[in-house]
Amino acid sequence: MTVASETNEALRRRAALQESRLELFRRMVEIRLVEDRIIELFGEGLIPGSTHTCQGQEAVSVAVAAVLRPTDTVACTYRGHGMALALGVTREALLGEIFGRKIGCMGGLGGSMHLSDPTVGLLPTFAIVGAGVPIGVGAALAAQLQGTEDVSVSVFGDGATNIGGFHEGLNLAAVWSLPVVFLCENNLYGEYSPIARTTPVTDLAVRAASYQMRSEVVDGQDVDALIDAIAAAVARARDGGGPTLVEAKTYRYAGHSRSDKATYRPEGELERWLQRDPITLFKTKLVDEGVDGSALEAVWEECRLQLEQSIEAVLASPLAEPSDMLANVTAGRI
Amino acid sequence: MKRLRMNQAISLAIAEEMERDERIFLMGEDVAEAEGTFKTSEGLLARFGPSRVRDTPISEMGFLGAAVGAAVSGMRPIVEIMFIEFLGVALDQLVTEAALMRYLSGGALHAPLTVRGSAGAGLGFGCQHSQTLERWLVGTPGLKVVVPSGARSAYGLTKAAIRDDDPVVVLEPRALYGRREAFDADPDAVIPIGVGEVLGQGDDVTIVALGQTVETARSAAADASWAADVVDLRTIQPWDHELVAESVEKTGRLVTVEENQFTGGWGAEIVSSIVSACFVSLKCPPMRLTAPDVPVPYGELERQYLPSADYVRTQVDVFVKTDTVPSAWWEELS
Ligand SMILES: Cc1ncc(C[n+]2csc(CCOP(=O)(O)OP(=O)(O)O)c2C)c(N)n1
Ligand SMILES: [Mg+2]
Repeated sequence: MTVASETNEALRRRAALQESRLELFRRMVEIRLVEDRIIELFGEGLIPGSTHTCQGQEAVSVAVAAVLRPTDTVACTYRGHGMALALGVTREALLGEIFGRKIGCMGGLGGSMHLSDPTVGLLPTFAIVGAGVPIGVGAALAAQLQGTEDVSVSVFGDGATNIGGFHEGLNLAAVWSLPVVFLCENNLYGEYSPIARTTPVTDLAVRAASYQMRSEVVDGQDVDALIDAIAAAVARARDGGGPTLVEAKTYRYAGHSRSDKATYRPEGELERWLQRDPITLFKTKLVDEGVDGSALEAVWEECRLQLEQSIEAVLASPLAEPSDMLANVTAGRI
Repeated sequence: MKRLRMNQAISLAIAEEMERDERIFLMGEDVAEAEGTFKTSEGLLARFGPSRVRDTPISEMGFLGAAVGAAVSGMRPIVEIMFIEFLGVALDQLVTEAALMRYLSGGALHAPLTVRGSAGAGLGFGCQHSQTLERWLVGTPGLKVVVPSGARSAYGLTKAAIRDDDPVVVLEPRALYGRREAFDADPDAVIPIGVGEVLGQGDDVTIVALGQTVETARSAAADASWAADVVDLRTIQPWDHELVAESVEKTGRLVTVEENQFTGGWGAEIVSSIVSACFVSLKCPPMRLTAPDVPVPYGELERQYLPSADYVRTQVDVFVKTDTVPSAWWEELS
């Protein structure tokens, strides 16, 4: 992908995340707080439609952002707030979209499921399950044809590995040796169905074998393990070594979407996963590395404050208006 | 008389039909344990068991294709496509396979298959979850397409679809699932496919509506200076030519109120047929009230996008007074 502007705020945020481990931590906290707040705001009836949040899966998003260059491409899903924020999309662009404001990623015409920012490599987040898999393959094909060193990452859920597009995409990538990484966020559920009820294998990574593709299972709650696995796959793809399927074992704390109370989960499951919260795990690690624990605590308050400021700014900004509908359907206006 | 929500009426219709005929079974994503994302299969798993009420993986092509195979092999499957957009990944199985089974076998086979999907805008779900998409289907010989406008017609049309010996698609306006309507739920109150209904009588104009625009047209007509025959078309393939023609012979004016975009909308079919058949009875050119030719926008703008009762009333006011077609709201914008 081409970078439109060097001074853009999303690019700055992307660089910031890559600067230090503290910034990586800060971005995970930001994602958690934004997601919690979005659920609250929906609950207050301030936002129409639906939303799919990613509390519990923050480590995957920031690991992708830590490894990739802004010229690399990411194709991810409707559960995309975390990935967007990690890659650099501003809180205002995300919340603006959800509140239907002109400053939103899509000018406020799309809502929670439709985020994008090509300057940091984020393709429009795909609301059709599996749609982003072959499209990520296509971005890698373009990189191969153009002779760039860019890589593409397709991010999707466990449930998406049962759809044709996943298998067709993997096969193409393998047979053409494309620079793409398939990153499956296995959060154990596809909507209300546990993966075991819809899928005969527990490690989805084994599905790579039928395409002679490398694969790896990784702890999705451990940022460092994720960074290692994704970095290795990305490096191989950049060097012409072809695709990899990485399966991150993770968990979504909230329901599938805002209306889902997740009553189908076995008792104690959520609590067990909360014991391995990716933010807490990373915090413990940072403290062990000598980072001041109170500085890490302060990050929460700083992020909370910034979030409230962003919400205020978004709510004071103009709503999308009827004539906006007529733009961007094709070149020009209709 | 029963006063039911539309989703309850659908559950009831399916239950009664399954009780009547053992060959009927239901499958789709989260239709069994979760009783449907929109609660359109309430109580069915408990009543009929997991063999006849089946949760599927996220594999629309797979399970719709399996339904086609089962249908030509003596079963009468009902397939739920949670959002009709998801038919996109399975379209071949419906339009190129199911629709042609009778034809391809020289009449030896037939596919008594019901495909139900939620359709349309109004819930703020954004451009990939708000379309009606009847246009993908209505030009396909071998397929029938029905669209309920509330609990009563959902009950009768669902039964008709299930009892039909050819593939029938039921497009359920998702904004109406929670709406209640009192009606006589006689187990044999089947609404024949291809038969519309006149709701409210008037001599000035014939307004043909479908799905959620039926309510729009009725409220527009309720406090208007003109009097209309409001026709609930109920089936768009094959549609009730006779009923519409008879009304237009009386009123001399034809209006369609469509939720879909202007280009290629079902109303174009009605208008062209009626102009050919009733040319001498028409006092003026017909008018189509539709959405603009843009993707469905999110948030507040969705209300502007859909033809509202106020918009219909204002446009029909001008139409009846001047016998000319006023420009659409979006033409005033660009
Ligand atoms: C083709 C298609 N089928 C069904 C859906 C409805 N749907 C949206 S998300 C979802 C579950 C996806 O599960 P998974 O891939 O595990 O991702 P997760 O939501 O857990 O992140 C379903 C069934 C859809 N959007 N697209
Ligand atoms: Mg999942």
